[in-house]
Amino acid sequence: MLTIKNLESGYAQLRVLKNISLHVRPGEIVTIIGANGAGKTTLVHVVAGLLRPWHGELLFQGEDITHTSPEAMATLGCVLVPEGRQVFASMNVEDNLLLGGTTLRRARGTAAVREEMENQYVRFPVLAERRKQLAGTLSGGEQQMLAMARALMARPRLVMMDEPSTGLAPLIVQEIFTIIAQLRAEGNTVLLIEQNAKAALEVADRGYVLETGKIILQGKASELLANNDVQRAYLGREQIG
Amino acid sequence: MSPELFFQYLVAGITYGAVYAVVAIGFNIIYNSTGIINFAQGEFVMLGGMIAITFAQWLPLFWAISAAVAITMLIGALMELCCIRWLRNPGILQMLIITIGVSILLREAALHIWGEGIRSLPYFYGDAITAWTFGPVRLSPQVIWVLLACGCIVLALQAFFNRSALGREMRACAVNRTAASLCGIKTHNMVTLSFVLSAGMGAMAGCMISPITYTQYDSGASLALKGFTAAIIGGLGNSMAAVAAGLLLGILEAFSITVVPLAFQDAVAVTLLLLILFIKPHGLFGSSEAARLKAF
Repeated sequence: MLTIKNLESGYAQLRVLKNISLHVRPGEIVTIIGANGAGKTTLVHVVAGLLRPWHGELLFQGEDITHTSPEAMATLGCVLVPEGRQVFASMNVEDNLLLGGTTLRRARGTAAVREEMENQYVRFPVLAERRKQLAGTLSGGEQQMLAMARALMARPRLVMMDEPSTGLAPLIVQEIFTIIAQLRAEGNTVLLIEQNAKAALEVADRGYVLETGKIILQGKASELLANNDVQRAYLGREQIG
Repeated sequence: MSPELFFQYLVAGITYGAVYAVVAIGFNIIYNSTGIINFAQGEFVMLGGMIAITFAQWLPLFWAISAAVAITMLIGALMELCCIRWLRNPGILQMLIITIGVSILLREAALHIWGEGIRSLPYFYGDAITAWTFGPVRLSPQVIWVLLACGCIVLALQAFFNRSALGREMRACAVNRTAASLCGIKTHNMVTLSFVLSAGMGAMAGCMISPITYTQYDSGASLALKGFTAAIIGGLGNSMAAVAAGLLLGILEAFSITVVPLAFQDAVAVTLLLLILFIKPHGLFGSSEAARLKAF
């Protein structure tokens, strides 16, 4: 579904990503874990078209997307739930969802958007209760759900989520991860960026560990969970013996 | 002051105020999509009037005005396409200076095409001395036209932004441009559209007011100043507050001649602008909290 080969990118003079190669297969949850500043957000921004790659190749469903704009990526079916949620704060929940359905409306018309919105209200009942409320007045967890619902409105092929659990209460985090698992059960493909390595690896099929712009480890999520280095660096467990 | 005089001033104030409001909304639309003040806004107003006057020689008034609005919209689109779009990550200052440059260019072009002469559109109904009497008030039919047209523009715009998908997408770009592009909205086109809309509104205002105030190659500047003042009083970016602010400014200006000489009328707007900027820079109807929310 998504293939990244030898990617390099960064900001101005600063090279953040160094020779990154990874792939995401249809129907799986792939997580990229790593500390602050490892380049996780930079990586998804390059895929989403918000940042230009310096070098390397990006393929989405076999199509070259190395120089594709964000709006074109959304149209191709690759959507990003951005870090910090980025909901349209001064607009109501319904407007936010309708905006998420922009590409769907272009392809299938308004009726399909309305139908998809009802699907999202079923998935996130709390949003249905708050249809007319301004997005900026929602709680952090509700805003995260709105950002996810807005992305799903596009009926995407690949959903990228950048730190969906940041700043949320543990109970809400659990709920978010339950929804991510449910997305896979429905046949969606998810690329999950997380600092919360344990929760991310528990829900994911495969994982990559990013450190200072390089992929230092990759493999099945269960293997990474059991890996001593990962446990020490990201799961906060001291090595015994 | 006699009640007759009071109402006369009030009506005059509301008439001018309605035009200021339309110009102010033009400022706001572009501010919302780009974060800049378009200094060529006044030139859109002048162009609307001038082009309509030229076409009115051959065409019925309605078609002359429609053509003027359409052509000014085209000029607005060209301005964005030629001067703003190709810039990569343009700075605010860069864009501001571009709009100042375009405004000078348009003004000089108008001077070249139409000369220095003062022109005006004919009254839409009757002439300069036609008046309808309502109790104590005598109204020129043009006043009714101005108010009707401005009212329709505001309502149409309100409906566009709140009901249509395109309007919703434009609002989304104003609120959060990155998120809008992630939703698949073509943000560049929304910026072009904002220039087109605001040029069209400016041109409309220029046509409405032309029979009353006349049009000259440089008449855009003073209307732009008033519109800008109204936009600031209402709180930048807040289109509906600009309507109230425009009317307020018009009425204050009209009544100011009872206190200060007519020659100082223009100074009223500037004084008000400075006062607002000193005391309440977020505008009468804007709160600093809302402004902070916008920044995120």
